[in-house]
Amino acid sequence: MRAMVYRGPYRLRVEEKDRPAIEHPNDAIIKVTRAAICGSDLHLYHGMMPDTRVGMTFGHEFVGVVDEIGPSVRNVQPGDRVMVPFNVYCGSCFFCARGLFSNCHNVNPNATAVGGIYGYSHTCGGYDGGQAEYVRVPFADIGPSLIPEWMDDDDAVLLTDALATGYFGAQLGDIVEGDVVVVFGAGPVGLYAAKSAWLMGAGRVIVIDHLDYRLEKASSFAHAETYNFGEYDDIVVHLKKITDHLGADVVIDAVGAEADGNILQHVTAAKLKLQGGSPVALNWAIDSVRKGGTISVMGAYGPMFSAVKFGDALNKGLTLRMNQCPVKRQWPRLFEHIRNGYLKPSDIVTHRIPLEHIAEAYHIFSAKLDGCIKPLIVPNPA
Amino acid sequence: MAYTADKPKLAESSDELRTRIPGWGADLDPKDRPSVPKERFDPTLNGARWEFPERQPEKWPRERSIEHKFLTPVFGTSCPPKGLSGMIRRYSYRAYSEGRAAHWLLLLAADRVDAVESTLASFLTRHPDNPITETGVLSEFTHHGLPSRLRGKRVDRGHHLLDPVLVAAPWVLAGGAVYLALRRVAGRRRR
Repeated sequence: MRAMVYRGPYRLRVEEKDRPAIEHPNDAIIKVTRAAICGSDLHLYHGMMPDTRVGMTFGHEFVGVVDEIGPSVRNVQPGDRVMVPFNVYCGSCFFCARGLFSNCHNVNPNATAVGGIYGYSHTCGGYDGGQAEYVRVPFADIGPSLIPEWMDDDDAVLLTDALATGYFGAQLGDIVEGDVVVVFGAGPVGLYAAKSAWLMGAGRVIVIDHLDYRLEKASSFAHAETYNFGEYDDIVVHLKKITDHLGADVVIDAVGAEADGNILQHVTAAKLKLQGGSPVALNWAIDSVRKGGTISVMGAYGPMFSAVKFGDALNKGLTLRMNQCPVKRQWPRLFEHIRNGYLKPSDIVTHRIPLEHIAEAYHIFSAKLDGCIKPLIVPNPA
Repeated sequence: MAYTADKPKLAESSDELRTRIPGWGADLDPKDRPSVPKERFDPTLNGARWEFPERQPEKWPRERSIEHKFLTPVFGTSCPPKGLSGMIRRYSYRAYSEGRAAHWLLLLAADRVDAVESTLASFLTRHPDNPITETGVLSEFTHHGLPSRLRGKRVDRGHHLLDPVLVAAPWVLAGGAVYLALRRVAGRRRR
């Protein structure tokens, strides 16, 4: 089969690889019809995530058709159109039994601090991902769901991570009616988080980024008030000024490990890999939220230490909430919101690129060329 | 506004927002949200028919965190450790927990060694690495590279040049080393 293969930092190509095999009785093999590149895939692409091995296929956002099932699989059948959460999870461990699917203890031998994620290094379990023609899906009775007939693949693939994560991020903010919500980052997760904040009754939603085209999308798609931090000497002071010098009630970090805005933080983390991530957005969140406020962290960070302003978080009495999203918990409600016309996930898709051109797709997304917000990958054109 | 007990007034009321924004307030009740409460104990929640999953066969000694009691029943089999990078990875897993910086730094070092090993090995195949096609850099010419980089107030312009340096440096250094080695060999032969 054809699959994207990592060759080293900033390098990947499409290769002929063995089609994945059933390795466990509850496995399924999915023929991928649509995949996406996630902003967090760029951390792998840039060589930031420890134990990212040459030869791995990335891709934790994908949907497809069941091609083969293991002997114990009952809930899906060959030919079913399915969407697969980015979490690999068993459904039965201490954490899964409590709804913490992203923290499953039975699927990742390489680390206890993170669950299993498709195509996301061996630190996240060593599973090949869906930027390929076929992918192995463990626990096929637990994770995958049938794609509703009324939903197309473009919307479905965005539910496997980006939309669910943005919606989850807004929930972790514990937003109450009338709250002022600031979202750092106008990428896919930030856009969905901003949109979701309104669903939870926010009174004002402010999105911060440095890319004008993404801020324009935040304004049109998420009805947000936007500011380009590149135009301000100190974005924290500006946020204080526009929130009566109290700060926002809730701040969502939808940027993560490669945040810009402080050259020292960015270079030491994203280029020299001396930190788990560049915590510029997180530090701005700590500074710009009001005392007693809540910060929700949705941006992905690596497992190493980062230079976070923890003292200010303590002194301000902040609540910091975060997790990888337990995707399937979000789906029933998100299906309702999409059917009701409150959300149209694929409105943020800017590029649809054949698998054979995936190296260009990564470069365009990574360098923020061509107005790129969300690139989809088409491995098996219909 | 002075620093008083009042919450600052919003520009738009809830009714105005409900009219302007589709779905405003659909999840207004904080208790009625899919991830609330954070932990909701229900062993039947996922439809798992097992108390503990059947074990996947271990086809090679699978590296694992020493913070785990045993090898998890299911695991990925993407890229078995190989070569010098594999030795570094196995040592890192065997010797250090996830709480130790040495664990992660060794894994990052192994990643770099892996990239070098794999690139060198690729030159012995019919499909050698090609930094031009593999970096996708040609999309700079087909997808508005320069205009995209120059538009607006992008703050990442300050380090745009670092990426090509990071990607090209190992190739340039390796090329230089090969050139010097060949020159030395040629010099010896002439003597």
